[in-house]
Amino acid sequence: MTPWTFMVTHRSEIWSATLDHVALVLIAMSIAIVIAVPLGMFIVQRPALRTFSLGLASVFQTIPSLALFGFLIPIPFIGGIGPRTAIVALVLYALLPILRNTYVGLTSIDPAVLEAAEAMGMTNTQILTGVRLPLALGIILAGIRTATVITIGVATIAAAIGAGGLGTFIFRGVAMVSDGVILAGAIPAALLAILADLLLALIERRLRVQ
Amino acid sequence: MHYDRPPIRPVNRPRDEAPISSAIADPIIEFRGVTYSVKGRSAPLIAELSMSVNSGETLVLLGRSGSGKTTLLRLINRMLIPSAGQVVVKGKSTMEWDAIRLRRHIGYVIQEAGLFPHFTVAENVGLVPKLDKWDSARIAKRTDELLRIVGLEPKEFAQRRPAQLSGGQRQRVGVARALGADPSILLMDEPFGALDPVTRSELQHEFSELACRLGKTIVFVTHDLREALLLASRIVLLQNGRIVASAKPQDFLRIEHAEVKAFSDTLQTVAGEPA
Repeated sequence: MTPWTFMVTHRSEIWSATLDHVALVLIAMSIAIVIAVPLGMFIVQRPALRTFSLGLASVFQTIPSLALFGFLIPIPFIGGIGPRTAIVALVLYALLPILRNTYVGLTSIDPAVLEAAEAMGMTNTQILTGVRLPLALGIILAGIRTATVITIGVATIAAAIGAGGLGTFIFRGVAMVSDGVILAGAIPAALLAILADLLLALIERRLRVQ
Repeated sequence: MHYDRPPIRPVNRPRDEAPISSAIADPIIEFRGVTYSVKGRSAPLIAELSMSVNSGETLVLLGRSGSGKTTLLRLINRMLIPSAGQVVVKGKSTMEWDAIRLRRHIGYVIQEAGLFPHFTVAENVGLVPKLDKWDSARIAKRTDELLRIVGLEPKEFAQRRPAQLSGGQRQRVGVARALGADPSILLMDEPFGALDPVTRSELQHEFSELACRLGKTIVFVTHDLREALLLASRIVLLQNGRIVASAKPQDFLRIEHAEVKAFSDTLQTVAGEPA
């Protein structure tokens, strides 16, 4: 059986695995953005918390993904077998690029612009929402883009702990020593990553100032 | 030791006579024994400095880098708070002013302009009126008026972004923005410092005309004596956070002081001829 015929005969199965995969990524990314962007805004003025949170996020990222899934399984409430554990791990992975870019974006603004904003009589909130955030948006989006691509990749491994998605075919194919089955998971996963990257790059370019 | 007693004034002075102090000058900004120091530095940046800026004058703060000129400027709009003494603006200590209100009514222009790159020229100029919640028709009218004042045709420039302007045009927009809510005080920190010599000279001359026309009180920071002589109605020379000379431009070069000499030497050309 060639890879092509497997993909054609199992197309509905591949399609639903792709949707599962996209759902995993979307949920994990939404949670990561909701945590990391406000946290990045918060640590701008707090050096102690900044070192701690950036350090912790870096630690999560250095743990090999399969090991991280393993560590999470025995933990009550968030652990166990299934998509929930996978989402927790994916969120932890996605935090660093978003957090770091939010922080860098908010702090790498031309000091003359911030000085002018302060001297014009803008309040701190007005400076954050009217100056810092719009100017940092492009860099924050670049972080989200990096995190999304990483998450699409790592999510394939989540199949190892029963989270479903395109990784299911890859693991099954490895077990069956079947190239066709492996590629049925690998090709859509790769396409998904490329597509997400292009799409976010497009949005990023439109939002980046200058 | 002998002290001269002040002469005793006649008690029967007419009651309706104005007090002498207000007849002489009308200070809009006053520094009263102001010291500004930062932690970890033994010498204060500003040391027990007292001076006043009169309404309508263009006071140029001249000095080397680190002489405290910018610090002095930032004490006026409460971007910095004195370690000791008081800065009094319009009769009220800056500590009694609400910082935001104070700043909205003091224009501020800096080197490189510090325009918001994500705003159009019109949005930059209309910023303070917008913060002060003017209605949009009034903001639009004011923006056009200000752009004309600084010599930029609104039709051509209002919708551009700062990145689409030359350095001189950006600085013009910076001045227009500072004038947004028609403040009576204008603080300028080396506004023409980053421009090429030709543009700088053009803007200096235009600005000196503009300053006369607007009748604002201007505090202008520079390290360029030529610029100070051109724009100032009074020059105050700073060294290590202290005032070492204060004079009208026409008298300034005659002051006998090493720092004045150091600055006047910058006017000499290589051949030793005055420029």
